Amino acid sequence: MAFRNSVLRRLRRWAPALCLSLAMLWLAGCAQIDYPQSTLHPKGDFAHLVDALFRTTLRWATVVFFLVEGALVYALFRFRGKPTDAEPEQTHGNAMLEVVWTVIPAVILVLIAIPTIKTIFKTASVPDDDPMVVEVIGHQWWWEFKYPEYNLVTANELHVPVGRTVDLKMTTGDVLHSFWTPQLAGKRDVFPGRENRLWFKAELAGDYPGQCAEFCGLQHGRMAFRVVAEEPAAFDAWRTGLAALAAAPSAPDTARADTSKAAAPAEDPLVAQGRQLFNTKGCLGCHALSAVGAPTMTGPNLAGIGDRTHIAAGWLPNTDENLARWLRDPQAVKVGVLMPKLGLNEDEIKALVAYLRSHRAVAATPSVAAVQ
Amino acid sequence: MATTAMGHAGTHAHAQKTGLWSWITTVDHKRIGILYGVTAFLFFLLGGLEALLLRWQLGAPDRTFLSPEVYNQLFTMHGTTMIFLGVMPLSAMFFNYFIPLQIGARDVAFPRLNAFSYWVFLFGGLLLNSSFLINAAPNAGWFGYANLTSTQYSPGLNVDFWIIGLQILGIASLAAAVNFFTTVVNLRAPGMKLMRMPMFVWMSFITQVLLLLAFPVITVALVLLMFDRQFGSHFFVPSGGGDPVLWQHLFWIFGHPEVYILILPAFGIVSEVLPVFSRKPLFGYAAMVFSGAFIAFLGFGVWSHHMFSTGMGPIADTVFSLATMLIAIPTGVKIFNWIGTVWGGSLQMKTPMYFALGFIAMFIIGGLSGVMHASPPADLQQTDSYFIVAHFHYVLFGGSIFALTAGAYYWFPKMSGRMLDETLGKIHFWLMFIGFNLTFAPMHILGLNGMPRRVYTYSAESGFTFWNQVETAGSLILGFSFLIFAWNLVRSLRRGPVAPADPWNGATLEWSIPSPPQEWNFAEEPRVDSRDAFWEMKRVRGGTMPEPPHVSGQGIHLPNPSYWPVVTALGILMFFVGLLLHVHVPTVLAGGALTLFSILSWAFEPTGH
Repeated sequence: MAFRNSVLRRLRRWAPALCLSLAMLWLAGCAQIDYPQSTLHPKGDFAHLVDALFRTTLRWATVVFFLVEGALVYALFRFRGKPTDAEPEQTHGNAMLEVVWTVIPAVILVLIAIPTIKTIFKTASVPDDDPMVVEVIGHQWWWEFKYPEYNLVTANELHVPVGRTVDLKMTTGDVLHSFWTPQLAGKRDVFPGRENRLWFKAELAGDYPGQCAEFCGLQHGRMAFRVVAEEPAAFDAWRTGLAALAAAPSAPDTARADTSKAAAPAEDPLVAQGRQLFNTKGCLGCHALSAVGAPTMTGPNLAGIGDRTHIAAGWLPNTDENLARWLRDPQAVKVGVLMPKLGLNEDEIKALVAYLRSHRAVAATPSVAAVQ
Repeated sequence: MATTAMGHAGTHAHAQKTGLWSWITTVDHKRIGILYGVTAFLFFLLGGLEALLLRWQLGAPDRTFLSPEVYNQLFTMHGTTMIFLGVMPLSAMFFNYFIPLQIGARDVAFPRLNAFSYWVFLFGGLLLNSSFLINAAPNAGWFGYANLTSTQYSPGLNVDFWIIGLQILGIASLAAAVNFFTTVVNLRAPGMKLMRMPMFVWMSFITQVLLLLAFPVITVALVLLMFDRQFGSHFFVPSGGGDPVLWQHLFWIFGHPEVYILILPAFGIVSEVLPVFSRKPLFGYAAMVFSGAFIAFLGFGVWSHHMFSTGMGPIADTVFSLATMLIAIPTGVKIFNWIGTVWGGSLQMKTPMYFALGFIAMFIIGGLSGVMHASPPADLQQTDSYFIVAHFHYVLFGGSIFALTAGAYYWFPKMSGRMLDETLGKIHFWLMFIGFNLTFAPMHILGLNGMPRRVYTYSAESGFTFWNQVETAGSLILGFSFLIFAWNLVRSLRRGPVAPADPWNGATLEWSIPSPPQEWNFAEEPRVDSRDAFWEMKRVRGGTMPEPPHVSGQGIHLPNPSYWPVVTALGILMFFVGLLLHVHVPTVLAGGALTLFSILSWAFEPTGH
């Protein structure tokens, strides 16, 4: 009875710790949050390999955590003394015990090391004879993607077919960055003048957010991108659409009649005005509107911009309003980017937004932006 | 005036003890320890304030409280400050004050060099922070990865302040390491064999070895970077054939041992506090010594685990992964031995014990998450995410800061002659414990769910908002707990109960002399017959010791005060400011000349006796 009372008293003294633990559990319980960038719900084979390894380690860590913290907390309550108590037994060590608690962690580490080494070698090279090669170039603060197989270039939105291994050959145009799409694969840093490799195979169609993970200066926090994984047919439609866009001239000229789109209904005059502005306001100095064989330019390639879910490197939803904000003053949206304030008036902005919105690789299907 | 003071001190070594000048010229290891402690605590509060600003910015998605530029400056300075101006010099406070006391010495081996270390540290810290005044605080991270630090991508003075500041602080650290190393080797009291040294002395001793071996590497790396920036060389500039990866190797060959420089003194402190408040000797003394040494040794062979995402290839990944996992074994031994120390004891739940036990509980978590990213493929998801931020705050805050706070509560009575308030101490503990866990535990969740480090904001659609809000709330509690600590310090200094020589039934020699100790520490050189020397003395005597008498100190030779250490430090500061100002030759030459002149004067300074 006296023992029970003293335990109760001790419990009361440790109430703050209990409250904290309960509060954390309660918080964790009610926080049913959707994390689109999570590492814990892999949708690619690389990410699955890593996730399996992580869960193995996590299981061991959890066991060790409860055993060791449990021993500590038990000792805390069990061996609490008063200043008047007799001096406890003066033990200095126990060779047997010390050997045991050296060996047990060593064994656990071996059990973690074996799957670790297996996974290191599994993830080291591309496990496929016929991967789709994509060249990734990091820039302050956006991503450029090239498809040598299709002679295409795009920016900030990497389209890949579901079920085909993608072999990323990565470098940077300026400083170090790190390519990270948590649901599909781990990180890989990019270095100037060096090619680094990463691979993954998307298992499920979806729009996977990714983000630069190596500090790269002022706008590191806004250097995101998307990986759009599509069924092979949809991917083929996207890439052929992008290639076809290149065939459509970007200048407001007569050659348009030669293209397959000649049969299309008469063009919206606002779009035509936007095209005119795009050519005369200096946009072309930095941005290409053709995805085919385009060289790296100062700014991101804008072919198919109307389809993209986000602008300004993968984080700002691609709505007409946001596009207008960007055109009005890019520095107010993302300070430090190379694009200056162009001094456009509201009518010009409206026309440019209409034109950019019309620039779609997959014109027939409503874009994600339109759905949003 | 200076000569008068000098001449005066020369003839009456024990006369001058008050006034600003006596602090500037002091060579007493205890006063220098206090200087280190006060300065480092102020820098620590500054680093904490920076952290609170960062947390406020992240308290909501798309918040514009801080601009990206200011955010980058603050996170760079937060890391740099906490490591070089907070935790390291707080450890140095305890090295200074307690290594000589615990080994039964009258001072450190080189008292003037000791003063010099402090002044160089102070000037380095002030110079680093003066960059805020011209809005050019370092902004490339505490790790300063090339080639972002090249003049092309960082044209301002920001990176130069960082290079020069760290270089100056390195001089302070190296000089101090030489000093403490020599002190432990040469000045131990008779009978204080190596395997009888208090565990704090052992861990501090190992720390000095780490400092001596690790700091030259960062010194060289910083010199190369300075050459790149000031003289157009290309060590790290790819367009000139340089290699940014080389910087990463050099930085982490320093940077990983640096982690142990931050944690080993904490291990030492906890190994002092736990036995005293368990009334039972440290469990497995020899294993504690060797595991500490083994951790330090391995610490030089694991640096590339900071670089798994650079793509080093499967062989290097495997080797560095296994070496890193190996460190978990001696670390585990330490944790088990601490629990073994507590086990079967008679726990006296005073504030230092709260913090020491809190240290073990939190350090276990940091250790376990460390094993998780020792696994390279798993690290590819975790590195540069908030999971890592959680990990190293559990190690460096849950570890180092909890242990340093335990040390502060444990040793404050010895240093000040006053007891700290126990109630405020326990309130401090619980607020710090709760605030700490609310701030850093959710970072595990955010990191695993894809939140990268060093981002100045995030979008609501990322799902990161909720836990960031919890963290920001926690950080406010954490910050508040230190206000209570500061209040406890200030209040107890003036009105705390007078501390006896041995308030805790201490095991080591510092408790055998008055609180605070007299200038010469030990009126008579102590003789040591076993580990836990003071416990043994009390045991032999069959009970407690009487309060040690204050003696006149007549006939005890002490080193004279000297202003040459501070003048030399000023010369070094001037030299480096010249380098900072794009190699302003007259300043550099004047600084160099002043340094040389004061070193010579120092060398030929009369000893006075």
